[in-house]
Amino acid sequence: MFPELNNLLNTTPDQAEQGKLTLLCDAKTDGSFLVHHFLSFYLKANCKVCFVALIQSFSHYNIVGQKLGVSLTTARECGQLVFLEGLKSAVDVFFRPQEEPHPLQFLREANSGNLQPLYEFVQEALKPVDSGEAAWRCPVLLVDDLSVLLSLGVGAVAVLDFIHYCRATVCWEWKGNVVALVHDSGDAEDEENDILLNGLGHQSHLILRAEGLATGFCKDVHGQLRILWRRPSEPTAQRDRSLTYQYKIQDKNVSFFAKGMSPAVL
Amino acid sequence: MAAAASCSTSTRSTGSVVVAASRNSVTSFQRRGPRASGTDSGCSRLVSIAGTRPSVRNGQLLVSTGLPALDQLLGGGLAVGTVLLIEEDKYNIYSPLLFKYFLAEGIVTGHTLLVASAKEDPADILQELPAPLLDDNCKKECDEDICNHKTESNIKMKIAWRYQLLPKMEARPVSSSRFGHYYDVSKRIPQELIEASKWHGFFLPEKISSTLNLEPCSLNHGYIKLLQFIQNIIYEEGFDGSNPQKKQKNILRIGIQNLGSPLWGDDICWTENCDSNHSLTKFLYMLRGLLRSSLSACIITVPTHLIQNKAIIARVTNLSDTVVGLESFIGSEKETNPLYKDYHGLIHIRQIPQLNNLIYDVSDVKDLAFKLKRKLFTIEKPRCCYNLQNRTRLCGLIRV
Repeated sequence: MFPELNNLLNTTPDQAEQGKLTLLCDAKTDGSFLVHHFLSFYLKANCKVCFVALIQSFSHYNIVGQKLGVSLTTARECGQLVFLEGLKSAVDVFFRPQEEPHPLQFLREANSGNLQPLYEFVQEALKPVDSGEAAWRCPVLLVDDLSVLLSLGVGAVAVLDFIHYCRATVCWEWKGNVVALVHDSGDAEDEENDILLNGLGHQSHLILRAEGLATGFCKDVHGQLRILWRRPSEPTAQRDRSLTYQYKIQDKNVSFFAKGMSPAVL
Repeated sequence: MAAAASCSTSTRSTGSVVVAASRNSVTSFQRRGPRASGTDSGCSRLVSIAGTRPSVRNGQLLVSTGLPALDQLLGGGLAVGTVLLIEEDKYNIYSPLLFKYFLAEGIVTGHTLLVASAKEDPADILQELPAPLLDDNCKKECDEDICNHKTESNIKMKIAWRYQLLPKMEARPVSSSRFGHYYDVSKRIPQELIEASKWHGFFLPEKISSTLNLEPCSLNHGYIKLLQFIQNIIYEEGFDGSNPQKKQKNILRIGIQNLGSPLWGDDICWTENCDSNHSLTKFLYMLRGLLRSSLSACIITVPTHLIQNKAIIARVTNLSDTVVGLESFIGSEKETNPLYKDYHGLIHIRQIPQLNNLIYDVSDVKDLAFKLKRKLFTIEKPRCCYNLQNRTRLCGLIRV
């Protein structure tokens, strides 16, 4: 969790909003620092998190999480975190197939793929438990990242359906949050990716877009973050609020500053 | 001895205490072992694998790519468990060299090799590897040892007498535990090195002849066979630690040549909207899954200049960890550019993985060119030859 980003977004772990879909996207740079931020943020906010990690291994997130002050192993052991390690599960489902449905079942299928088993996995993981024990604050689904699903043969429409189902269950029914990362391919003319990005952009309440600098690589300013607050359910004439900041990623923190105000320049 | 020292006067006691301490060879200055910040408790065990070293940035275990210059640009080397993607140059002249350097490094450090190709027999590829450049002193000592084994006299060292107490190091040029070696591309690797090494070959025309019953899957037939072959080797030889009978403490170096080319049965190089759009990306994802859970490192060369659909190139880049692109000057207008007249092409470090780390790791040096000399493949920043002319002009002005 980066304190400066919390200030920009006007939230703290104690007052986390509920029922929201947050879209993270990155263009010409790596936006995974946002995923680490939200993971540690919601774990500190005492929420039950289901993390569908498709692109990196558990130890990667764990080591970065420790730098940010959360222990994923502890969270997983006490039930706060349900972690689906995509890479390991994919190897299991591909080489050692079993009869029972697996969340990544679509890897064995030839056609455009059905994400229903994955949705059922999420549903099972975040279902509110009826027992009287100390309940977690609200369920949160975190997906890193959705563009990989397109590379694995799932159609853009199937991914949009999956997010729609998750939103209906997690956000609306259980008053939780959904956070997903999508890569913006820019000028690579990836139509499926554009469909996915635009579709999710219209449904989200908050869009965080990490972009590389237009002038190229710089050692002191790693990129630009555009924050856009939206109200998808209220089609009002009011313009959505938007802010742009530049950032630099350090070992355990990310520092944000106004455009052109990098400490290296001043 | 120590008692006598303590009885002596104060001026002498400090000296003898020092001597006593060094004689016991236990000093207060102990060199700390490598910080296990990035790896789990098995770090101390893993460091002992020949040809690897932990990264100074995040403790990740690294192997050499065979080119020390490239290792430096990639932040120390190639991380174990990751994929190095080489985007081939236009006529596929220089990318096989990087491929061969990687494999030769594996032979010299004693790693196990897995070579997969659809074009050449892996045995032929291994024959063409460059010969390692060994220290001349090392070679001479080796010859002398063989001749003068018994007549080696015990010369007493007078000045550096402490070194006499150390055990004699065997000069073994074959299996080297150094990180990063230099190779001579004009010579072939000695046959005995190949024979002493352990390697597995996957030649597609041989493997694909057998029919197999598989559920229809959007993966290409050749890719499925290759994945099964790799998974089999990793499991059988214990590189992922799941085989109870085999405890492996070595690295598996995987090399796959011309992935995505029509020889592998993939049609992404012919048409833009092809049926097997997802074959290559799915293969790369499964490969990543296999590598992340085993002690292996992989190099792949892909003819990206032939892929028609730009979206696929972007997806392939996202699914690989380290991406290096080669752009040769042959046939392009850059061939006549005076800036590049000494070089054969440009090398672009497009992506470096961000493992176990928040920090955005990008190579500092952006414009790099490569040159294939008679014996060596070098990478350097192209020097501008205009500087010299400008300077002489300025000097002329000042004098006037």
